[in-house]
Amino acid sequence: METKHTDTQKKSRESRGRNAIRTGLPALTALALLVLVWFAVTTGGLVPSYMLPSPQSVVQAFINDFGTLMTHAAVTLQEAIYGLFIGIALSFVTATLMDRYPALYRALYPILIITQTIPTIAIAPLLVLWMGFGMAPKITLVVICTFFPITVGLLDGYASADPDALRLLRSMGATRRQIFFHIKLPSSLGYFFAGLRVSVSYAMVGAVISEWLGGFEGLGVYMTRVKKAYSFDKMFAVILLIIIVSLLLMWLVSLLRRLAMPWEQVEKEK
Amino acid sequence: MSLLEAQHITKIYDGRTVIEDINIHLEEGELVCLLGVSGAGKTTLFNILSGLTVPEQGQVTLAGKDITGQPGKISYMLQKDLLLPYKKIIDNVSLPLVIRGMSRKEARARALPHFEEFGLTGTEYQYPSQLSGGMRQRAALFRTWLASDGVALLDEPFSALDTITKSAIHKWYLDVMERIHLSTLFITHDIDEAILISDRIYIIGGKPGRITDEVPIPVPKPRPDDFYLTEEFLNYKRNLIGRLGLP
Repeated sequence: METKHTDTQKKSRESRGRNAIRTGLPALTALALLVLVWFAVTTGGLVPSYMLPSPQSVVQAFINDFGTLMTHAAVTLQEAIYGLFIGIALSFVTATLMDRYPALYRALYPILIITQTIPTIAIAPLLVLWMGFGMAPKITLVVICTFFPITVGLLDGYASADPDALRLLRSMGATRRQIFFHIKLPSSLGYFFAGLRVSVSYAMVGAVISEWLGGFEGLGVYMTRVKKAYSFDKMFAVILLIIIVSLLLMWLVSLLRRLAMPWEQVEKEK
Repeated sequence: MSLLEAQHITKIYDGRTVIEDINIHLEEGELVCLLGVSGAGKTTLFNILSGLTVPEQGQVTLAGKDITGQPGKISYMLQKDLLLPYKKIIDNVSLPLVIRGMSRKEARARALPHFEEFGLTGTEYQYPSQLSGGMRQRAALFRTWLASDGVALLDEPFSALDTITKSAIHKWYLDVMERIHLSTLFITHDIDEAILISDRIYIIGGKPGRITDEVPIPVPKPRPDDFYLTEEFLNYKRNLIGRLGLP
């Protein structure tokens, strides 16, 4: 079975590669143009370098500072990942309970929406005040940022289960637990990963913002430090690193999604 | 004693009687159609037979045992195949066994030898999206059969298929039903379908829904391919149209 398909799989992977280039081309061109404009205005002297560093000086700073950047990135990434995992765990518990008890759903849903409108920058200093300058306030902020998109994704996913499929399982004599594991949970996977994709970038941003407000290490701490020294090339290097890490995390999520939902690939290939 | 029997079934929703005093029975190896226009309470009756709904009056017995309001005894199949897109065909069809507490490995082993009977050889480890409409219905029937103790309730299972696929699947169904010893209660609003495959036809109609007639089709099976072109077939059809009160 498996060997018979490798040939067609290889072919489809190749064509997918070609497609990726074709669909990615406009985006790459736009990005290159943007960098070109940036290069032109800074190198041409239109904008002085103390206001906007040139792309080449940012890359230079990135290379020179690489060691320091990595040390700080390790801390920030740790906060982001811890927060993300706690956020995922909390989301699963909350969404599952809310799905199980409709009264709880009606009680908590408005609160979930309200938490989402709280500006993170406004509560970050409070968290520092309550929890000190260690990792705790950073992780907490990441949890707050990531909890909502995943919870809402899971809730929508549970609700997307086909009522006829639920009825069919009930007619087979399935328990509530079996219905959850055979229908609701797998139906929600796509929604979960969509929420997770948004959450990983929130997690990075959340961790950096909370580091701005106090701490000893991390990309946010380093950012405020170089900003005070007016080393804008170094500051841009940090931003560049945050972008790269966020993109890598998002790519990791789509990889996980492909592994967890192999049937999606089969449907796409048709 | 009949294999499946429903006696004096009455169901009331919000003070409105949907079906009233329904008495039907299904014998071993029989295919019985429940023919009626939409809204006659066919689906309500099926929900009661499959144990999903409890009737206000009456009881359902399977081989003499009372199974009123107990799901998991009789399996049903709908027009929608309801194959779960995220499970491979083998896991879809063996799902009822897993629900009954069997391990996945054991359930797979039980299902595997029957793929040929259902014309699904080679699809074991494919996903439902890779199968044609006819194959998906066969897989759904396979699951229904694995879930049943010899009785299947089919609620317009083939109504979404085109005419050619439908007539092929009718033939196949009668054949497989005999081989796997399945007795079937079949809901349809298609008169031709009812005459082609039934041993008996119940006509359900009125408000509230009642069994208004019972018509046997004593034509031996397998029926000839051109049965639907014969005078005999047309006589049954004329008769049924009259009894359904159609113009």
